[in-house]
Amino acid sequence: MKIQVTQSACTGCRLCRQVCAIEKNGETNPRRSRLKIVAHFPAPGTYQPVVCDQCGDCAEACPSEAIVKDDRGVLYVDGELCDECGLCVDACKPGVMMRWDGVAAKCDFCWKCTEVCNTGALVRID
Amino acid sequence: MGDALATQREGTMLKGFGGSSLRVNLRTGQVQRRPLDPAFARAWLGGRGYVCKVLYDEVPRDADPLGPLNRLVVSPGVMSGNFGPTGSKCCFGAVSPLTGAHGDSTVGGHFGPELKFAGYDLIVFEEIAQGPVYLFVDDDRVELRDASKYWGKGTIEAEEMLKHDLGEDFEIAAIGPAGESMVTFACIGHDFGRQAGRCGVGAVMGSKRLKAIAVRGTRSVPIHDLPGLKELTMGVIKRTSTHPNMAPWQKFGTAMFVGWSNEHGVYPTHNFQTTYFEPYAGIDGQPLVDKLLVSNKACSGCWMNCGKYARVTLPEKPTIHVEGPEYETGSLCGGNCGFDKIEEVAYVNWVCDQTGIDTMSGGGFVAFGMECYEKGFITREQLEGHELRWGSVDDFEHFVDMIVHRRGIGDWFARGIVYAAGQIGHDSIRFTAQVKGQGMSGYDGRGAPAMLLSYMTADIGAHHNRSWTITMDEDLGKAVIKGKAKVVVYLQHIRPFFDVVSCCRLFWGEVDVTVEEHIEAIRLMTGWSDFTLEEAMRLSDRLWNLNRAHFLERNGGPGRKHDYPPARFYEEAVPSGPGKGARLTMEDLDVMLDEYYAARGWSRDGNPSREILEDLGLPETATRLETLDLLGPLMAPLPEVRGERYKPKAF
Repeated sequence: MKIQVTQSACTGCRLCRQVCAIEKNGETNPRRSRLKIVAHFPAPGTYQPVVCDQCGDCAEACPSEAIVKDDRGVLYVDGELCDECGLCVDACKPGVMMRWDGVAAKCDFCWKCTEVCNTGALVRID
Repeated sequence: MGDALATQREGTMLKGFGGSSLRVNLRTGQVQRRPLDPAFARAWLGGRGYVCKVLYDEVPRDADPLGPLNRLVVSPGVMSGNFGPTGSKCCFGAVSPLTGAHGDSTVGGHFGPELKFAGYDLIVFEEIAQGPVYLFVDDDRVELRDASKYWGKGTIEAEEMLKHDLGEDFEIAAIGPAGESMVTFACIGHDFGRQAGRCGVGAVMGSKRLKAIAVRGTRSVPIHDLPGLKELTMGVIKRTSTHPNMAPWQKFGTAMFVGWSNEHGVYPTHNFQTTYFEPYAGIDGQPLVDKLLVSNKACSGCWMNCGKYARVTLPEKPTIHVEGPEYETGSLCGGNCGFDKIEEVAYVNWVCDQTGIDTMSGGGFVAFGMECYEKGFITREQLEGHELRWGSVDDFEHFVDMIVHRRGIGDWFARGIVYAAGQIGHDSIRFTAQVKGQGMSGYDGRGAPAMLLSYMTADIGAHHNRSWTITMDEDLGKAVIKGKAKVVVYLQHIRPFFDVVSCCRLFWGEVDVTVEEHIEAIRLMTGWSDFTLEEAMRLSDRLWNLNRAHFLERNGGPGRKHDYPPARFYEEAVPSGPGKGARLTMEDLDVMLDEYYAARGWSRDGNPSREILEDLGLPETATRLETLDLLGPLMAPLPEVRGERYKPKAF
């Protein structure tokens, strides 16, 4: 199970980020999302979507065992257990572990980003 | 200067809006923040609506467009940044140095949404700074900063430098050297290749010594019914993603219309001498995608990605990256200048973007220069020993450099094509492709009479975005004159509506998102449950009449005398291609204008009547026009509904 990224198909529209922010935070600012798009302009002129690959580094770094697996085996943050230390953010190599209002936040494969992406840049793989 | 900021953070609790406006006095450095007035927000909606109202109310009629009393107005509308279908736009406006009246130009990308996220729906710049500055906006932190190190840099270069200095997540709107030297068709660039291109808004920005605006917004816009809006927009995304037009739009963007326009006999060629460019296949969407494409590029929240980001290497030229060429550039800087290779069109597109001139007026004005050179009206000596030949990249680039730096006859062109024609003489005004000083868009109206009427009557001069009629001209008959004016009126209301609310009209025009869906999205954003399409169309009508009044108050009347195109468009027949033989007469133009004025509730002279202005809630404007002897008697009973609904299709 993963979000398959095809870098060359990304158009930088940020729909994925905005729908993530809406779905997870009830906010419209794409910054409040759990994935990133890195833009390289004016040269070479490409976008690089960066998503959670469920590597588990965040869970390993978490001292309060707040990052746990759901019944699909997907890691998510149990907000009740999070002590807001931020170590998970430091441990996340792709840089998509976020903290909103102190609490850790990560992608839990809700798939909304893949639903709005119609270019094939982000594709749901079950 | 942050200390001078009058902070009023309470806001208005308006849903769908950023909630605040900024007023920046560039002379004193004072920056004031004010809450957005809910009544103002509802009455004028945003974007082009705010721009129109501010310019009409605040700029003295005798003010020099490039002087301290002009305003530069920036406004993202209600849909910008709000996850609607689709809200990416931001309107830049000023009294135009090209047309001498209300001017506005709308840019996509990410700038409008970012302003909304920072909390702003409107920025008004007043006066002139002592030296080069840029406006720094980081949520509540708003400062005028020294821009000396960016002054003189190209638009793309300045954006790259500012992002490097401030951070990648700042969105930048900047001018290039053309704006700095107040070339009347200078544009404002954003997102490495998108522009507020028309009306010379970049020249006004340059006249104020404002190099750039940099903005970062980390907040969210409050939405009345976010779950409802999410459902609506995701439904529209799902439905339109399989629309038959979606795939070609995603693949080629507007560039595919180069071939289409040639086949339909409306493609401007060699300064609108004819409407068919034989080697068009070399500069159509296909070679763009096959040879130059690096990335498909979309505006904020858009799933159509019509932007084509290209990489070009021409012999003895630097390798460049450019967004485009889109259709308007591919026509006006394409066959209109005689370029038959996509690499050449893309390169001159970049020259315009980097120097900061509008590729539309820029391409059109250079093409006029090329025809003058061909006819011997301008000489090699006047071109500093260079030539100005059809299809020469070197000549194009050198001539643009003369214009941007106002050397010799470059200065004539920098002042505008009408001024240049006056200096060149030889009755060359007859073959300028412009109305009211604004260069024509990339469609020749001789094979599409309603398109010509659209240019003739557009509030900002000969621009297609107000009304685009080519398929309507096809449907009703390309030689048919009568019966089209009402549709032009309708299109002049529906299409600018999208610029008012700051969403992209292509979803309406190309993949059948209904305007009712846009209205519903606005209801969900704002909570205005009683907001209707009728209200939106009435605002469009009000804006159109206010802009007409503004134009007349600044340029005198009667309005009709300003509405005729140059002689080429009613005296010469199209000499070649599928449009061969297409020809309009002065009588045809008069028939169209009579129908148009009647449909608008104006006089035969083309002046608004008291009846229409009062009907639209503008009695003071009527009185002002009356005082100036610019108010006309109705030429026909006031139509209850102005315009006749029509949905044009591109394919």
